[in-house]
Amino acid sequence: MTQATAAQSFVNIGERTNVTGSARFRKLITEGDYASAVEVARQQVENGAQIIDVNMDEGMLDGAEAMTTFLNLIAAEPDIARVPVMIDSSKWEVIEAGLKCVQGKAVVNSISLKEGEAAFLHQARECLAYGAAVVVMAFDEAGQADTGPRKVEICQRAFRLLTGQLGFPPRDIIFDPNIFAVATGISDHDNYAVDFIEAAREIRRTCPGCHISGGLSNISFSFRGNEPVRRAMHAVFLYHAIPAGMDMGIVNAGQLDIYDEIDPELRLRVEDVILNRTPEGTDALLEIAERYRGQKGKVQEKDTRWRDGPVAKRLEHALVNGITTFIEEDTEEARLAMARPLHVIEGPLMDGMNVVGDLFGAGKMFLPQVVKSARVMKAAVAHLNPFLEAEKAALGTEDLSNGRVLMATVKGDVHDIGKNIVGVVLACNGYDIIDMGVMVPAEAILDRAEAEQVDIIGLSGLITPSLDEMVYVAREMQRRGMTQPLLIGGATTSPAHTAVKIDPVRDNGPTLHVTDASRAVGVVSTLLSEADRPLLLETTRARYQRMREARAGGPPKPRLPLAEARGKRFQPETGAVPAPSYTGVRTFEDIDLADLARFIDWTPYFASWNLAGRFPQILDDTVVGEAASDLWRDTQAMMQQIIGQAWFRPRAVIGFWPAKRAGDDILLDDGTRLHTLRQQMQKDNGRANFALSDFIAEQDDHIGGFAVTAGPEADQRAKAFEAANDDYSAIMVKALADRFAEAMAEYMHLRVRRELWAYAPDEDLDTEKLIKETYQGIRPAPGYPCQPDHTEKETLFRLLNASQIGMELTSSFAMSPAPSVSGLYLAHPESVYFAVGRIEADQVEDYARRKGMEVREAERWLGPILNYDPDEARKIRSAS
Amino acid sequence: MSQDRLTTLTALADHKILVLDGAMGTQIQGFDLVEEDFRGTCFADSKIPLKGNNELLNLTRPEIISDIHRQFIDAGADLIETNTFSATTIAQGDYELQDLADELAETGARLARETADRAAAELGRPIGVLGAIGPTNKTLSLSPDVNNPGYREVTFDQVRDAYAAQARMMAPYIDMFLIETVFDTLNAKAAIKALLDLEAETGKALPIIISGTITDASGRTLSGQTAEAFWTSVAHARPWAIGLNCALGADAMRQHIVALSRIADTRIIAYPNAGLPNAFGEYDETPDQTAAHLKDWAESGLVNVLGGCCGTTPAHIAAIASVVGDTPPRTPVAPAQVMRLSGLEPFELAS
Repeated sequence: MTQATAAQSFVNIGERTNVTGSARFRKLITEGDYASAVEVARQQVENGAQIIDVNMDEGMLDGAEAMTTFLNLIAAEPDIARVPVMIDSSKWEVIEAGLKCVQGKAVVNSISLKEGEAAFLHQARECLAYGAAVVVMAFDEAGQADTGPRKVEICQRAFRLLTGQLGFPPRDIIFDPNIFAVATGISDHDNYAVDFIEAAREIRRTCPGCHISGGLSNISFSFRGNEPVRRAMHAVFLYHAIPAGMDMGIVNAGQLDIYDEIDPELRLRVEDVILNRTPEGTDALLEIAERYRGQKGKVQEKDTRWRDGPVAKRLEHALVNGITTFIEEDTEEARLAMARPLHVIEGPLMDGMNVVGDLFGAGKMFLPQVVKSARVMKAAVAHLNPFLEAEKAALGTEDLSNGRVLMATVKGDVHDIGKNIVGVVLACNGYDIIDMGVMVPAEAILDRAEAEQVDIIGLSGLITPSLDEMVYVAREMQRRGMTQPLLIGGATTSPAHTAVKIDPVRDNGPTLHVTDASRAVGVVSTLLSEADRPLLLETTRARYQRMREARAGGPPKPRLPLAEARGKRFQPETGAVPAPSYTGVRTFEDIDLADLARFIDWTPYFASWNLAGRFPQILDDTVVGEAASDLWRDTQAMMQQIIGQAWFRPRAVIGFWPAKRAGDDILLDDGTRLHTLRQQMQKDNGRANFALSDFIAEQDDHIGGFAVTAGPEADQRAKAFEAANDDYSAIMVKALADRFAEAMAEYMHLRVRRELWAYAPDEDLDTEKLIKETYQGIRPAPGYPCQPDHTEKETLFRLLNASQIGMELTSSFAMSPAPSVSGLYLAHPESVYFAVGRIEADQVEDYARRKGMEVREAERWLGPILNYDPDEARKIRSAS
Repeated sequence: MSQDRLTTLTALADHKILVLDGAMGTQIQGFDLVEEDFRGTCFADSKIPLKGNNELLNLTRPEIISDIHRQFIDAGADLIETNTFSATTIAQGDYELQDLADELAETGARLARETADRAAAELGRPIGVLGAIGPTNKTLSLSPDVNNPGYREVTFDQVRDAYAAQARMMAPYIDMFLIETVFDTLNAKAAIKALLDLEAETGKALPIIISGTITDASGRTLSGQTAEAFWTSVAHARPWAIGLNCALGADAMRQHIVALSRIADTRIIAYPNAGLPNAFGEYDETPDQTAAHLKDWAESGLVNVLGGCCGTTPAHIAAIASVVGDTPPRTPVAPAQVMRLSGLEPFELAS
């Protein structure tokens, strides 16, 4: 079958008027430039589109309104309106709004069994009553179908329901059995194209009269940026899918080649991938893919020639490039050639990892790539392990290791992405890593460190109370006479805190702060090198001493007495905001992950991989662009799975309560007090000294609270990846869960502003403005600069009954599961984010009294913001 | 009772071309009514002129409406239309009588039913009553403001709701719904939605007949669709018959009826005007001229129901009935095994 005959029975649906498929169209629509958007539709029809797909699923848009506006406008353009419309949305209300605008017979894209039979039948019945054909996604209550049998089973069930219960004409049913990306490097994905093609054939056979459609660009997602390869993949896929019954597809015509005109070598390898004819298909295609990349792409050296080199070079190449495909056979070849299995690790594998380490050190490789290298290393070691064990049993020899490092996230804290990255990077460099996980009590850490005779202990933590726990661990090391170097890392840690608080509590061993994963290898290797160690310790000691002196010597910045600061409180010009739509607490579940994904701020995601730069510019960055793009590709592949297979189940609980200001506190009707802290810094030009309570009126006002979580599922996924030696994916899934939690917070805040509290019902911001937070109202979180006291979370969690969505607090008031966000909602138009900054003893005493807390305890929780040394203060008090 | 009549009518339609009545409006003009006839006593102090609000006569001069129905029946009509074309809240809004819409619809349906039943008993043949649903005077696909093409005077839901109310009032009296003079298909789709929703709500299904209007020589509806695209857009109503009426005389309408009869897997209904209006807005085509055109349609196997629209009198209907005689009706084409979609033009994808 040739492309020419195939085309006659294949309808190509463009996606230029689809905000999820076209960045340009999305920009036009979000900017409200409908006149230009209409021109896009016109060009599409002029270029031969037989159906135009209209999609307005953009988080910042009122989809129904945008759909209505656009369809009404193109209805007035006869040269556009002559073709049918495909009303494309994941939201039924948007689809229904669209159906109310088209006089012709449209296609609804899509409905599915996702929410069960009742919703499905209701929507299908409505499609019948409005007069539309339907695209039915292979999606049911259990999720999106990925295997062939599931695709077929779901479509058959939908077909029986539609034709049997509603008399839906089979000819108006179009099944979309889900095209997923192949060649992602994940072997589970290798058969996705075959699954689709076979399912299409079977669905057409067993559901007579129906049609098959699919979003073609998904198949080639791994080759984003390499259009020639993508075009070839699309053409080859259609070449096989059309005879199997696929008769519609969403694809840009410009993204399609003619099968017979594809370079034969490329075509063969693409075909191997599409038809999953060989397990090495992906690598074979990857090797030649770069040759085809656009004009600027010179032919890169990624071809199969590396397979011709000696085994040591092949291992090095695999490690540097993160290729696992041949690692077992190469490792085995090396093992057979060497006297002992240990020599393989000691020799070629460590040599290869040293190259990785050098490149990383030289800034030529980046964290995601190193983590991929680690995956290769782990696979090689896993292959050697049985032989090592057998030899050890026979000879009683020791493991070879550059050194042994114990790592843990301290008690009360659940954050471990950074720690895991450090662990992987160190492991890559030949260190033996004992990772004790999260929420590890000091005793357990130190017992294990003694039992395993570790060379170094590394502590990690993200929230401020973890700082105290680290001090405690250090103190215990002193008491137990443990002399190992102690490394401190994590988001709230700092060289200053380490110098001032942790380092001084022990004098029997060094304590060092490590700023990020890229420094960890250097610090660890230096500490374990007899030659280099003294210099590092000496310079660190001197540096920390300077920091301590700077802090002790310089007078603390003067603070206002509390009464005076209160006199300068912020006095809003307007009173209470309107009441929310409800009071009390409501939970929100079943949030569409695809919707949330649009709220993700990607810049911090890259930062979590030590890749600095703004997204999306980072993808084109001259230094990290390539690494960022590779990471982005892998991330998108995982996002597709997360969304398609609903890996996470985000939940939220949102509450609103009548509230009034009571001094620096916020008093609720039931007597609950939310405590806030007031700025005590001296300010110029009459600017106010803020406390959060300033934004609440004296009477008849409201406050809101929220707790959102991406759920515990990410952790389970990560564990499964770790069990499969795939730390890369494990870290990625956790980092993405964090992003989803943040996106959830952003999404719920938007709903609060527009709908739940509805104090800004007409708000219309794009993602960029959202990230810049130009909207009205704030959502300050306990533990952050507006209210640095983590213990306030306890009140918030109790008010929200956050445990009903599975959220708990640890002893240090970290939220569990880790990917979670909580905070207050303040709606006042003049409310702003601020930092409380350092506070004086007068406020701490007042605050402790209001909270019913010992001053000493309050000082512990507020430690990071005290403008005085509580120990000194006590000494002075007891002396006098 | 009504189910029996429907069965009888449907069976009759298998064997002969049914005859529909002619123009209600033309006949009313023949009575030379003045403003006071329309007002009657109830609406004597209306601030706006009510002449031309033909549905109001259902209340103020019901005997005239019954008389016209009877004239068409006596001329040979098998099917008569209720005088409810504009009995919707939207259309009556022009006279500020939207609150009266329900009553006008119900009374119009009841008058037709009573007249039909009396005649049927006397003549010994079944007479079907079609509940006429007009397009209203507002369009859902077109903006009344040339400078603001995205603007709409009404929403789909408003139109749907207006039709739902009209249909609910007529349903007890009629045999089928007739969505007619469709110049904007989206209005017709709102009517279809209203009827299907009503059916789902009450569990009672009345057949639907849909008749579009090709406005001029362009061969398109006012909202721009070709006859085929129009059929595709309303086929989901699974109509008892599909066809065209108004705007064109038989001569100009023929090619579009041919187009519909080629693709529609249901009966074809056609009721053209008595030619095109002259300079005074009067229709000059004689009963014999109209009948001659329609005789050709019947003999060509194009149609199942024939009648007349603007300008057609009982004499025209009598002429049509006599020429159609025993000519066998068209056999609907088999359902197509293709997916049909439409914009202003049709689109097909074979299964």
